[in-house]
Amino acid sequence: MSAPPAPFPGDRPISPELLREHKVSDEEHARIVAALGRPPSYTELGVFSVMWSEHCSYKSSRLHLRRLPTKGPKVIQGPGENAGVVDIGDGFAAVFKMESHNHPSFIEPYQGAAPGVGGILRDVFTMGARPIAGLNSLRFGRPDHPRTPELVRGVVAGIGGYGNCIGVPTVGGEVQFDAAYDTNILVNAFTCGVARTDRIFYGRAAGLGNPILYMGAKTGRDGIHGATMASDEFGGEDAKSELATAQSIKKGERSTMQVGDPFMGKLLLEACMELFGADVLEGIQDMGAAGLTSSSVEMAGRAGSGVEIDLDLVPRRAKHMLPYEILLSESQERMLLVAKKGKEKDVIAICKKWDLDCAVIGRVTDTGRWVVKATPGYDPLAHAPAPREAVVVCDLPVGALTDDAPVYDRPRAPVTLRSGAPRPEDSPVSSDPQKDLLELVGSPNLGSRQWIFRQYDHIVRGGTIVKPGSDAAVVRVPCERDGKTLWKHLAFAVDCNGRYVELAPEEGAKMAVAEVCRNLVCSGAEPIGITDCLNFANPERPDVMDQLARAIDGLAAACNALAVPIVSGNVSLYNETTDAGGRRPILPTPTVAAVGQVHEPEHVVTQWFKGDGDVVFLLGEIAPERGLGGSELWVRRRGAVGGPPPTIDLDAEVKLQKLVLSLAQARLLASAHDLAEGGLLVALAECTCTSSDARDDRGARVELSLPADPVLRTTALFGEAPSRVLVSARASDADAVAGRAREMGVSCTRLGVVGGARLAVEIAGGASIDVSAAELRDARARCLDFVS
Amino acid sequence: MKAAVMVRVKPEVLDPQGDAVRRALEKLGFEGVRGVRVGKLIEIEIEGDADPTLKARLEKMADAMLANPVIEDFEVKLGA
Amino acid sequence: MPSSRATVVIFPGLNAETEMLRTLSLAGFETTTAWHTDTELPARTDLVAVPGGFSYGDYLRCGAIAKVSPIVGAIRAHAERGGFVLGVCNGFQILTECGLIPGALTQNAHMRFECKDVFVRVHAEGPFTPKLDTVWRMPIAHAEGRYQATPETLARLEGEGRIALVYCDASGAVTDAANPNGSLRSIAGVYGGASKNVLGLMPHPERMSEPALGGTDGARLFEAAFAHLGKRAA
Repeated sequence: MSAPPAPFPGDRPISPELLREHKVSDEEHARIVAALGRPPSYTELGVFSVMWSEHCSYKSSRLHLRRLPTKGPKVIQGPGENAGVVDIGDGFAAVFKMESHNHPSFIEPYQGAAPGVGGILRDVFTMGARPIAGLNSLRFGRPDHPRTPELVRGVVAGIGGYGNCIGVPTVGGEVQFDAAYDTNILVNAFTCGVARTDRIFYGRAAGLGNPILYMGAKTGRDGIHGATMASDEFGGEDAKSELATAQSIKKGERSTMQVGDPFMGKLLLEACMELFGADVLEGIQDMGAAGLTSSSVEMAGRAGSGVEIDLDLVPRRAKHMLPYEILLSESQERMLLVAKKGKEKDVIAICKKWDLDCAVIGRVTDTGRWVVKATPGYDPLAHAPAPREAVVVCDLPVGALTDDAPVYDRPRAPVTLRSGAPRPEDSPVSSDPQKDLLELVGSPNLGSRQWIFRQYDHIVRGGTIVKPGSDAAVVRVPCERDGKTLWKHLAFAVDCNGRYVELAPEEGAKMAVAEVCRNLVCSGAEPIGITDCLNFANPERPDVMDQLARAIDGLAAACNALAVPIVSGNVSLYNETTDAGGRRPILPTPTVAAVGQVHEPEHVVTQWFKGDGDVVFLLGEIAPERGLGGSELWVRRRGAVGGPPPTIDLDAEVKLQKLVLSLAQARLLASAHDLAEGGLLVALAECTCTSSDARDDRGARVELSLPADPVLRTTALFGEAPSRVLVSARASDADAVAGRAREMGVSCTRLGVVGGARLAVEIAGGASIDVSAAELRDARARCLDFVS
Repeated sequence: MKAAVMVRVKPEVLDPQGDAVRRALEKLGFEGVRGVRVGKLIEIEIEGDADPTLKARLEKMADAMLANPVIEDFEVKLGA
Repeated sequence: MPSSRATVVIFPGLNAETEMLRTLSLAGFETTTAWHTDTELPARTDLVAVPGGFSYGDYLRCGAIAKVSPIVGAIRAHAERGGFVLGVCNGFQILTECGLIPGALTQNAHMRFECKDVFVRVHAEGPFTPKLDTVWRMPIAHAEGRYQATPETLARLEGEGRIALVYCDASGAVTDAANPNGSLRSIAGVYGGASKNVLGLMPHPERMSEPALGGTDGARLFEAAFAHLGKRAA
């Protein structure tokens, strides 16, 4: 038990209303009182509310997250740090993580998305890694929702605005439109960096007496309680307006919107790189969600130490800030450093070179306590600041804020599908495959993403070998050591289809992992690690909790089967809105991003056809029975997500991926493309026209022998069953490809030959397709016209 | 008549552009620059008289589109 | 014979120095860097390269804050001595703000940042562009690349053979559709300096200079400058 902190002017009395405002339940309050042996002060309550928020404590998901496989022979650091770290050989490591910035992006798309990119970049470079690539995964409402175009434009511009300026190429991503995201968009951003394995830095406040320094932008009243806001549903009592939150920011009822400053971010990045090289740091962490509080608490928690911080010394830009505000501010572009003793001058000198504020604000202790001091009424920005006489404003055991945060085993109940049980007669049938194909390739969900990717600098730093638009992006990374440069090639993909997860949470999550890894092997890369971003609705609803738990089981099963660990991640809950139309939860969206290693640059494969006369094969089943569930065709024809729940056979998937990777590594593939949304015909169409240069477009002549049953036939053409890859090989390699597939027990069907300027598909006993690659390219290019 | 709408980032919201300009002015040797805020000036030709109704209409325009009230303030001047 | 020396100038916020340094050394240059607070260029500098990025966050105007940096005096003196200066993307914007190249670069006509491959045609020969009408493919990545100048300036640039590069299609035809940003006369690159020793261009030749990056057209520009410097030294 500690002495209660001195009351501070401006403190509000602890009342039931105040607890509610802070989203601290009565039970949690009782727990705080028990841990402290006294009631918390106003400031301490604020600290508990953010540290025990879903965002910082993972209190609803933690129990389940433990089931994820996080270890492996190449894993240097798994979840729990600022980012995951995986060995890529020769003394270098890939450092990566994905994070969500969903709620702020719906309120203000540009200024919501931009700091999301900045935050994840800092999480990565804080570990000693120079960021080399970014990805993003976006979900918007239906294309004809009145806010969708503005949100798409704003989010894309915000991501580009930050990434382009700081100079990290955005090399890929995915976008899906579905009515379930009408009032809750998703913005998940991923960054990968590369570090020397002997220069990885951790967020640890170690070493008794070591100085703690604040570096970067000054503190303002930005985004106070962003971490707790992430647990807000939109709407609630003020259910009339889906923009209630934005309205309240406008009216000044909520704290200031945080604004990203990519220029400051770039200065921070370069200064950090110099600090890492100078060997002056003991630990370092970004001040992200819950700012100074979470960074200092977590650093002490990981090191098992304590810290003492003097808020009077914190650089600030707003006047009359209370300790509560300084501690909870989410001003961007700030880092917390623990320097080696006596090295603080060197740290300050490097910051000065980069024009950054830097100040010693505290020191590391061995008390296991988080102690914060401030002088009542002191304001360094005042004309004549009062003399400093700091008093203790928080004195809390570090453990109570971190390890002892609540963990909930929330009740679960099986999901009732929104769509109800599927009936066979509901299944859409394609009577004109050519018309359906053109509709699908030009649809917002399946068409070209060039309008988006062109707003991102995807080639800065001169390392992008495979640009956005293929199955995975590939980046060449110069790894420098002892004056020598080694080249490493890393591949990146991100994936999830919430429609599958909605229909079958476990299977859908497995499919996300399978597809993201399939994208990598199709590009010639061996998957080495995954990071996830689990976007779900309100976990206090048993059906949502059940989806979350089952999705985690699915991720775990697929990662185990494919032997790929999850090394970092993020959970975003409460993505739902209640308004006049009722409750609107998002589709359960456990997004996964994967990093792969291309061992030789010659192994790189892209998705589009390369040469006339190349032979086209389908690896995997051509007409699996159940494939239309959750498909784009189903949603377009039936107006809602539905159909038989999708399934995946992980053993078959593992065999397929091993085969594709071995074919790529044997240089037997001219192209490889995974079958995904839109199925076989859409994949074939994409192979003819997705190179960045239209002069590379090449048609193909294909013959398909399919079941006569119209539903099965439609399923074969447009179904989205997993574990299938379309490859092409030089005619002289065709037998080798088929032979290897046979050896490895993967079904391999010769579909036809590459050549000409048209895609011609003969369907035995049925319709045929004959369309030019140019027409397909054009249809794909127009898919986002509704936005621009 | 002519009207002008000045749009600026709210005083409490970070203005990275203004800060960068302030630091550059300092480096150039201009002393005593305590703060810089960068905004937009939007000039509008509009029918009507310089009265409160017109001002209210312009304020509505500013609130609906010219400014982003989540992060920006605006000021309407008539007869500019 | 000593190799030609290229100095890459770094202003805070520039981010394309990696590919610039690599391309210069692939073309044969000995490379070094200078920092914005330096008042002199490294000794024996033959070519100054100002790479792309977002100097000072592109705040106020692209290049507006960079132009008041101490190193700019040294760059200007180097150009006046006839030394080579190359500005790519933000580097081009900085050189126009400094007055080393006439005109200005304003927001793209479509108002978005755009990153894609384009084609450019050599419109005037010079040290970086040896052969008239050569068509090169190279990427752009900018939000403010729309070249603008007064009619008198444009006429003078044309008359003096200073319009180095114009946007075109794959066949070399200069069309509106091939102009990615609304630049006047489809201008992509402009020569400054008494002997066309200063070049600014919006496309990134240093990002199209190796087969692995999708092509080597961009390398030609650097090789031309290198060869020119070699001849001059001989």
